[in-house]
Amino acid sequence: MAVDGVSFDLSAGGVVGLLGPSGSGKTTLIRCLVGVQIVESGSIEVLSEPAGAPGLRRRVGYLTQAPSVYGDLTVRGNLRYFARVLGAPPDDVDRVLAEVDLQRDAESLVGRLSGGQRSRVSLATALLGKPELLILDEPTVGLDPILRRDLWALFRRLAAAGTSLIVSSHVMEEAAHCDLLLLMRDGRLIARETPASLLARTGAGDLEAAFVALIDRGMG
Amino acid sequence: MSWTRTYATARRILEQLRHDPRTLALLLVVPIVLMGLIAWIFPAHDFDQYGPPLLGIFPMLVMFLVTSVATLRERTSGTLERLLAMPLAKADFIFGYALAFGVLATLQAVLVSGISFGLFGLEVQGSAALVGLIAVTDALLGTALGLFVSAFAATEFQAVQFMPAILIPQLLLCGLLLPVDQLPTVLHWLSYAMPMRYTVEATSVVMTAATVTSTYWVNLAIVAVFAIGFLGLGAATLRRRTP
Repeated sequence: MAVDGVSFDLSAGGVVGLLGPSGSGKTTLIRCLVGVQIVESGSIEVLSEPAGAPGLRRRVGYLTQAPSVYGDLTVRGNLRYFARVLGAPPDDVDRVLAEVDLQRDAESLVGRLSGGQRSRVSLATALLGKPELLILDEPTVGLDPILRRDLWALFRRLAAAGTSLIVSSHVMEEAAHCDLLLLMRDGRLIARETPASLLARTGAGDLEAAFVALIDRGMG
Repeated sequence: MSWTRTYATARRILEQLRHDPRTLALLLVVPIVLMGLIAWIFPAHDFDQYGPPLLGIFPMLVMFLVTSVATLRERTSGTLERLLAMPLAKADFIFGYALAFGVLATLQAVLVSGISFGLFGLEVQGSAALVGLIAVTDALLGTALGLFVSAFAATEFQAVQFMPAILIPQLLLCGLLLPVDQLPTVLHWLSYAMPMRYTVEATSVVMTAATVTSTYWVNLAIVAVFAIGFLGLGAATLRRRTP
């Protein structure tokens, strides 16, 4: 997958929405930012360091698209291990459990949890150690509306506290929660603007229609 | 590399196994059952000849399989990608596995040796403990090999196939079926590249001599060097960036 001509600035304490249909290159771009993707050409800097630099591994929290936690450990067991790897204080485990509302399931085996609970364990892991930048690959996909609402409230809360977030989604209605939108299609960035300006520019009634209009008119 | 992270990784792996009692039971019981079978098949004299080398080989096979599948699972589940985006050194990961499975390998080797000598009536000229030591080293070598080859497997199916591909040729050429100096020349030379050959040589020392000789220690050291070498290669071939 090629991702061309993407560059953007993100100031501290904002939520950037990375939106686009499946296969548009969102995950590839995210993996480049985190430094786990082989990059053929071009340079990527994150927080003024080359992407994937050792110094960034503590400052950037990463949520993979599929929940990447151990099914044969308890929720707490997972978080305790990742906290040790990050060098985060042990009480951080209880903090992130509360953030994603999983305290009651702390002693359950992750393999026995529902899909939604499992993805929240994975999200909790990304929150460990209070990273400055959170890069979340489709954190709300497949979750029920109540959970989605709660998670977006959490993202706004984190942003208000000074964390920067990059959140990918293929659901355009989620774009409304973001301060800045990056719209991708076929590996290219076709728009980089605020939700309000996107609506104004396209004259569309909602963000979904705005995205369609953008592609139809070749306005990218 | 950091000791805290290596230790945390090893602890996490053992904690996972604690939640998977069936795997744990298979790991500890299978080599014992196999040795029991060998004891049953052979008359006492032949058991004393084939038993000791197999005592080292069975734990090696089992540990190889378990390790290669376990690390592959980390790859396919995305947990390895997550860990490598965290401040975890590649060596922390590899040596964490080596430590956790090393503990298990030791337990397994001690159990199977103890039961073989104590219950199945296995006898050697030298010390049974020295045979046990070979079994532990072999199990560690199995772990190291498993960690290394899992880097070349993309799926569990492939990982499992590496067992016959890597271990059976060693089994054929290690001197167990035919003494190594009776092998065709090319195969004789090839056997030098196979760690299992040295475990059989070390074992035959304990089988035939009442006192331990330097040949024993040299061969045991070679096996240990192979194990450490493969662990190093395992760490070196682990990639933070993947396509």
